[in-house]
Amino acid sequence: MKFSENWLRELVNPDIDTQGIADQITMAGLEVDEVLPVAGQFSGVVVGEILTAEPHPNADKLQVCQVADGSEQFQVVCGAPNARAGLKTAFAKVGAVLGSPDGKDFKIKKAKLRQVESFGMLCAEDELSISEDHGGIMELAADAPVGTCLREYLDLDDSVIDVDLTPNRGDCLSIAGLAREVGVLNKAPVTYVDVEPVVPTIDDSFPVSLEDPEGCPRYLGRVIRNVDMSAKSPLWMVEKLRRCGVRSIDPVVDVTNYVLLELGQPMHAFDLNKLNGGIVVRKAKQGEKVTLLDGNEAELNDKTLVIADSEKAVAMAGIFGGEETGVTAESKDIFLECAYFNPITIAGRARSYGLHTDASHRYERGVDWQLQHRATERATQLLLDIVGGEAGPVSEAVAEDSLPASSTVTLRQSKVNQVLAFEMPAAEIEEIMTRLGMIIERSGEGEWTVAVPSYRFDISIEVDLIEELARVYGYNNLPVKVPTAELNMIAHDESKVTLKTVRSQLVGRGYQEAVTYSFIEKGLSAQFDDKHVAKALANPISAEMAVMRTTIWPGLVKALQYNQNRQQSRVRLFETGQRFLPEGDQLIQENVVAGLICGPRQSEGWSADAGTVDFYDLKGDVESLLALGGCADQFSFAAERHVALHPGQSAAILRNGETVGYMGALHPELVKSMGLTGPVFLFEIVQSVLLDGQLPRFDSLSKFPESRRDLALLVDESVAFESIRAVAKKQGGEFLKAVTLFDVYQGKGVEPGQKSIALGLTWQHPSRTLNDEEINEVIDFVVSALKNEYGATLRE
Amino acid sequence: MENIQTLLAEGKQAAEQATSAQDLDQVRVQYLGKKGHLTQLLKGLGALSAEERPQAGAKINEAKQALQDVLNVRKANLESAALEAKLAEETIDVTLPGRGESLGGLHPVTKTLQRIEEFFARIGYSVAEGPEIEDDYHNFEALNIPSHHPARAMHDTFYFNANTLLRTHTSGVQVRTMESEKPPIRIICPGRVYRCDYDQTHSPMFHQVEGLIVDKDISFADLKGTLEQFLREFFEEDVKVRFRPSYFPFTEPSIEVDIDRGDGKWMEVLGCGIVHPKVFEYSGIDPEQYTGFAFGMGVERLAMLRYGVNDLRLFFENDLRFLGQFN
Repeated sequence: MKFSENWLRELVNPDIDTQGIADQITMAGLEVDEVLPVAGQFSGVVVGEILTAEPHPNADKLQVCQVADGSEQFQVVCGAPNARAGLKTAFAKVGAVLGSPDGKDFKIKKAKLRQVESFGMLCAEDELSISEDHGGIMELAADAPVGTCLREYLDLDDSVIDVDLTPNRGDCLSIAGLAREVGVLNKAPVTYVDVEPVVPTIDDSFPVSLEDPEGCPRYLGRVIRNVDMSAKSPLWMVEKLRRCGVRSIDPVVDVTNYVLLELGQPMHAFDLNKLNGGIVVRKAKQGEKVTLLDGNEAELNDKTLVIADSEKAVAMAGIFGGEETGVTAESKDIFLECAYFNPITIAGRARSYGLHTDASHRYERGVDWQLQHRATERATQLLLDIVGGEAGPVSEAVAEDSLPASSTVTLRQSKVNQVLAFEMPAAEIEEIMTRLGMIIERSGEGEWTVAVPSYRFDISIEVDLIEELARVYGYNNLPVKVPTAELNMIAHDESKVTLKTVRSQLVGRGYQEAVTYSFIEKGLSAQFDDKHVAKALANPISAEMAVMRTTIWPGLVKALQYNQNRQQSRVRLFETGQRFLPEGDQLIQENVVAGLICGPRQSEGWSADAGTVDFYDLKGDVESLLALGGCADQFSFAAERHVALHPGQSAAILRNGETVGYMGALHPELVKSMGLTGPVFLFEIVQSVLLDGQLPRFDSLSKFPESRRDLALLVDESVAFESIRAVAKKQGGEFLKAVTLFDVYQGKGVEPGQKSIALGLTWQHPSRTLNDEEINEVIDFVVSALKNEYGATLRE
Repeated sequence: MENIQTLLAEGKQAAEQATSAQDLDQVRVQYLGKKGHLTQLLKGLGALSAEERPQAGAKINEAKQALQDVLNVRKANLESAALEAKLAEETIDVTLPGRGESLGGLHPVTKTLQRIEEFFARIGYSVAEGPEIEDDYHNFEALNIPSHHPARAMHDTFYFNANTLLRTHTSGVQVRTMESEKPPIRIICPGRVYRCDYDQTHSPMFHQVEGLIVDKDISFADLKGTLEQFLREFFEEDVKVRFRPSYFPFTEPSIEVDIDRGDGKWMEVLGCGIVHPKVFEYSGIDPEQYTGFAFGMGVERLAMLRYGVNDLRLFFENDLRFLGQFN
């Protein structure tokens, strides 16, 4: 909320400067966003009157004006189109000093414009830093006293303070509320505006009935007849409104806005002659329509509270008035409305219609439920002063049972001490409560009963009062310490691998960690996963961020694309995070670790491996992760297709036979459609699987020598190495310690369609040396099994 | 007998002149071998008298030993020269870059997260995590933010449907922890959070670390002390810290914390407060018996301040030139 400092000071005037007030209320929880002067630092500008305005002899767009300053007359050349005889405007005389946007002062001197002398300058609002308006010179009121200093006339030595109020402090959404707070903080008296009930001069009233007392427990109305809509709002009111960010419309709207700003009570005025029958406050009928003051038609739902007459809805209660029944320049009789709406009835309504108004902002947060009479009288008084007319009696429809109850809260010294770790003296507690307008009474030893005023509807429980004590005493004046606690051991499972270790391993292998968005484009998601329909946001920010990722790959590939577009040819990225898998009615949110490599195997260098990365580079990295938990032998890889991967270079990663991830080459079609330079290799593994390891177990060492035999086998190229190894392990007997693959060859000397595989088999017995006969026998088993199962032959 | 000295002198000279191990061995054979000149002299001893023989023999042996010493020294010299020559030949440019994989690096958000976790883990907080797709109850309702609450407007929530949303903070994890554990509770909850807001200073996805401590007699003073220490340790500077009243529906009193790193400007870095009794009631903790404080901070914001990053969006572009600066 923006407010005028001078207006505030009319109510409470502590001996501190503008910045002092801003700092003080910020530290009381009313955060000041900005403090701006109402006008620039100019001097020597007075109210001037243009007596005559003649065309300039040598320039089409200039006029030569005779301007009076109350004592003398000056010739001033002016280029503004609105300069005309009779206009009162801002007149900067010779010697006046104006500020300029670049911060330098600019002094008005006698000048010659196209051979015509000019003594001074007529000013637009932007030239005085009053606003950005440069549409013409200022148009002052016809009764502006000529010769008066403009700063004084417009009360320009003022600042606009913009305060960003938290939703609980609806009570500060008015000058009176802010003044109350400043009074509390400074122990300064606050002078609220004096409101006397207006004595009715006519008997007219208009019937009101409350059909939804929960939503609207109180509704005050008053008829005012014979208003003069040609009257103008007084300058002081227009200026105060302007400084609070409200534009002057007409005297009736201005008065309701003024009361809203002054007291915090939203009000509305209807053209009485456009209302039929009587006012009914009710819920809208589903689909009922009302045209709002901004000209837009709203189609209402049955949760919306409306103000209706006997025929139709005429306003959205607490949010926006209707156009048809609004006050216009032709209005003669008006009906003034001042209601209390339940915040719960109003909250969220405006937003659901895409509206946000000064009224809805206040009603949502809460309005003082005892303020309506005062506001009605205040508005009536102001209206009678400006537009005249005769006021009828105030008629009130009220559902007492539905009004908020006055709240009384018990405050205990012990609780204050517990929460603040500070023994605030009882006298101090009582004094702060009293300053806040609470009525505090002792109800026992170390205990009080506190009656909360109706404007502090945010306070309902003991800690609310403790917060008030802390706030007024000053958060920074309260003691500081650290918690004490028992030194209990925290469980530490040695078999677990930490995510930190996984990350370090990848970093050690040259991967850079990425963080990509969890929501991605729908089409992209389908290209990377044809098994899940990604969960879609109801209100995405853009089509690129519309569905929740079911895999991290699209994000990583997009990051690759970004970097390749910036001349990065070697990319190694990884990311950890949640993926979101809709499985039937269930949603599985699980953490995964994913990585991507692309480009040269090593960074360019004088002795670098010049090759480009392939499947096995990535597999080595993946295996290094699988080994972290000390149970690498539980993992295996199996050729398995994946929609995003090259059908011949794609594997499922399994743990004890269960799929826990995938790896492979990004499908060449995707490489092409995404404009990438491939090949690109990717992996993704369920994180928990990597973190779930086992404790090492000691196995006694044999004192006897190892024996090794090498086998060179010829086998069909489609036979997977893993199958051969499995046979070798199975047939190799219990003393087989290791199977090593030391060569794979295709080419000269090997028939097409075949491959040569060289295996090293190592045996060792725990308690004796194995002899050749034993080993040869086992080797024969291995070779014949390989022959039987896979047609493998020994290479000659 | 003069012959001995002559032979010895000749032998020594030959040894000094030998330029290889082979030459040197020839000298040894020539003088000390079975048929070597000095060895031959021993055979001439028979012609001497029994009195003269021992003395002459000793002289010959002395000469042989003297020559052997010279040969040994020469041999050692030759070997070390050969080694030196070989080593000189094997000299390399030690300033050439090393071979192999260069180091990658962690994302600055992770670095910052890990650092924050570390500070709190060391004083007994444990890390708790939870789902990012959250239900309305855990994200709002149980935190004392009913559906009509104006504070919901501050959250700009991404929804899937009326009841399912992307968490706007990690506070839901605190609720889940309080539902399942009994005090004392000390947890920190790091993770991704989402707000429907996207411009230069807002990202629709960012990271938060929230913390919660619940015990008997946890006070406002404990909160101030803990966060003041944290901020000084995090920045490794004697930053000025101030506590400013604010409002969050789940804490009362609520506080925003500002720091001044010496330039006289206050910057908001985190929000916190004393856990609201209603939040305890929702989670089945007795608010009369226990008190607690909670805090939350934006990780990107802290990383920006710590490393001097000037644009929030850089964290999510994954530009290697940016990421590489934190390795």
